[in-house]
Amino acid sequence: MAEFFQTTVHDHFNYWIYVILMMIGLWAVIAKKNFIKKLIGLSIFQTAIILFYVSIGVKVGASIPILHHDDHVEHAAVHETPHGSDDHKVDHKVDHKADDTHAAHDDHGHGHHADAHAVSADLIANPLPHVLMLTAIVVGVATLGVALALSQRIFKEFGTLEENELLEQLKGGNVDG
Amino acid sequence: MGSQLPAIIVLAPMFGAMFVALFGNRDHRICFPIVVASLLVSLFASFAAAQQVFTTGAIDYFMAGWEEPIGIGIHLRIDSLNALLLILICTVVVLVSFFSIRRAGDQHTEKTPQFYILYLLLCVGLLGISITGDAFNLFVLIEVSSLTSYGLVAMGSSRRGTHAAFNYLLMGTVGASFYLLGVGYLYLKTGTLNMQDIHTILQANEAVRDSNAVIIAFLFILVGIWIKMAFFPLHGWLPNAYSYCPSTSACILAPLMTKVSVYVMIRVMIGVFGVEWIFVHLGWSHLIVWLAVAVILAGSMLALAQREIKKMLCYLIVAEVGYMVGGAWLSDPNHWGLTGALYHILADAMMTLCLFLAAGVFAKRLGAIEIKDLEGLFKKMPVTSVAFVIAALGMIGVPPTAGFYSKFYLIRGASEGAHWEFVAALLISSLVNAVLFFRIFEIAFFGNKPAESYGHDDHHEEEETVKVEAPWSALFPLVASAAIIILLGLFNGPIVELLRESLDNLPSIVTTQAD
Repeated sequence: MAEFFQTTVHDHFNYWIYVILMMIGLWAVIAKKNFIKKLIGLSIFQTAIILFYVSIGVKVGASIPILHHDDHVEHAAVHETPHGSDDHKVDHKVDHKADDTHAAHDDHGHGHHADAHAVSADLIANPLPHVLMLTAIVVGVATLGVALALSQRIFKEFGTLEENELLEQLKGGNVDG
Repeated sequence: MGSQLPAIIVLAPMFGAMFVALFGNRDHRICFPIVVASLLVSLFASFAAAQQVFTTGAIDYFMAGWEEPIGIGIHLRIDSLNALLLILICTVVVLVSFFSIRRAGDQHTEKTPQFYILYLLLCVGLLGISITGDAFNLFVLIEVSSLTSYGLVAMGSSRRGTHAAFNYLLMGTVGASFYLLGVGYLYLKTGTLNMQDIHTILQANEAVRDSNAVIIAFLFILVGIWIKMAFFPLHGWLPNAYSYCPSTSACILAPLMTKVSVYVMIRVMIGVFGVEWIFVHLGWSHLIVWLAVAVILAGSMLALAQREIKKMLCYLIVAEVGYMVGGAWLSDPNHWGLTGALYHILADAMMTLCLFLAAGVFAKRLGAIEIKDLEGLFKKMPVTSVAFVIAALGMIGVPPTAGFYSKFYLIRGASEGAHWEFVAALLISSLVNAVLFFRIFEIAFFGNKPAESYGHDDHHEEEETVKVEAPWSALFPLVASAAIIILLGLFNGPIVELLRESLDNLPSIVTTQAD
């Protein structure tokens, strides 16, 4: 039992939370009658997916992917698996001072220059899921904005944000007031 | 220049939208030329790209030259699978833009520029969905097209439209999120987001291919896309959204949104997971074809139960989605089902466009919302009626129209894959369509008057019947789409040959009768 807990729950803690959050969100979207509550559910749902993606990119003990840039190094790109296999060597030093804010692609640099600077990919978190989630957050914000605008218009036209009251009005004959 | 074609196809409408945003507010009349010009650029670029694809092979375009697969990059790909779809999308949006001249500001004249901005951004989204070679960019572009379509649906003056748009937004966002989740699982297993790379890794790496996570990924992606295409149990948003929105919005959304989603499903099946994995490893073919059968029958029956024209057309769309999903999953050895589904995307988009244009004209000119309002239609607007009849015959599946040939290929695939239930569903659905449309023809030709009032009313009607033919801005797209329906039918041979170019390389499915 303890072992089961260790392997399926403890080791995959993030994933459990994401599933639970997602179900809470989905339930709110489906079951709640108030439009704003539905939207809150929708946001929770989207946030759960963000948690999932961010969990993919996690490496224990890894640092942020901001690298020192050497001018002479050419960048060639390879696949970066989310778990960072050992044969990847990132040919830059990790620079915690972050004076050089380079785009996320740079840490994928790989290749022929396996020089003294080489840093194991295990030491650097995979930035790609986080970058994706920046986009997904933007999409989510845009969706929420449109949804709030729509619910505002619903309130203007129906005078209510409760779905059952709204449906009663629609049933009640005066379809387009 | 030639090598920049994929970028031009997507970016032309985007820049058009920016120009409309910049200049449209000062003078509304400037909007339309910008819209048409930018869409024509896309249309010509997609023609040129298609020509290149069919002469020299697929075009791979990497934005800003990030050639190597680095996990994320903007990879645009045009091959024989989507070359014709791009032309179709451009044609539809150009035609609808003509229709929109009078109708854009139908309900909210002061919002004409906003309408056109949304319109062009929707085109960007749809073209991008068709052209992208990257699974995550696909999600972003799906959301671009969805967000704009929520706006377009809500633009009408109908209160129901606003409510429908809100429901559409909830469903659509959940669908897109499911898709995103599926892509996340795929990324977890393969470490890349590029569709071709995922495909290569799934082919090469057996441990990845057989893992449950990939099946879960596929399931999430499939359900997400199904919500977007209104596959029957998930179709709840579609009928209200498309029937209570302004007619111009309906004309652009109804033909394209569901069809492009079907294309996405086919692209994911062929281009990401691969037919072998889908049909042999997964083996859900029977299940999903039966589901499609249920969808077709349910959609047809629901269409039969409707009294409003647009609602009826909406349920027909639901049934047609069943055709395409079923066709794509037939898993017959020579992929005739897939061919039929791809061809039906083209045919059905044109037929739906023509029907919705006609329904828009009826609503505007006759105030006809319900089928019984269409009395004496043929006398009042002969040209519109003829176009409507052609599209309706296409829906029924009468030979010279495209609708016949798509059914022909679908049935060929179904019989080769021994899915007789699908053949039966197609035939029943055709019959139902025949009943539906001949009911309309009858009312439109002979009127719907009770017999006793004939003698008196006839005379009165003779005087009253005046031609209220639609303006040229509506007639042009109507006639053009009707002509394209027939042309697609007449030239089905070469078109199918082009479509099959991408399918010929696929491994032939042998073990269709696995279980």
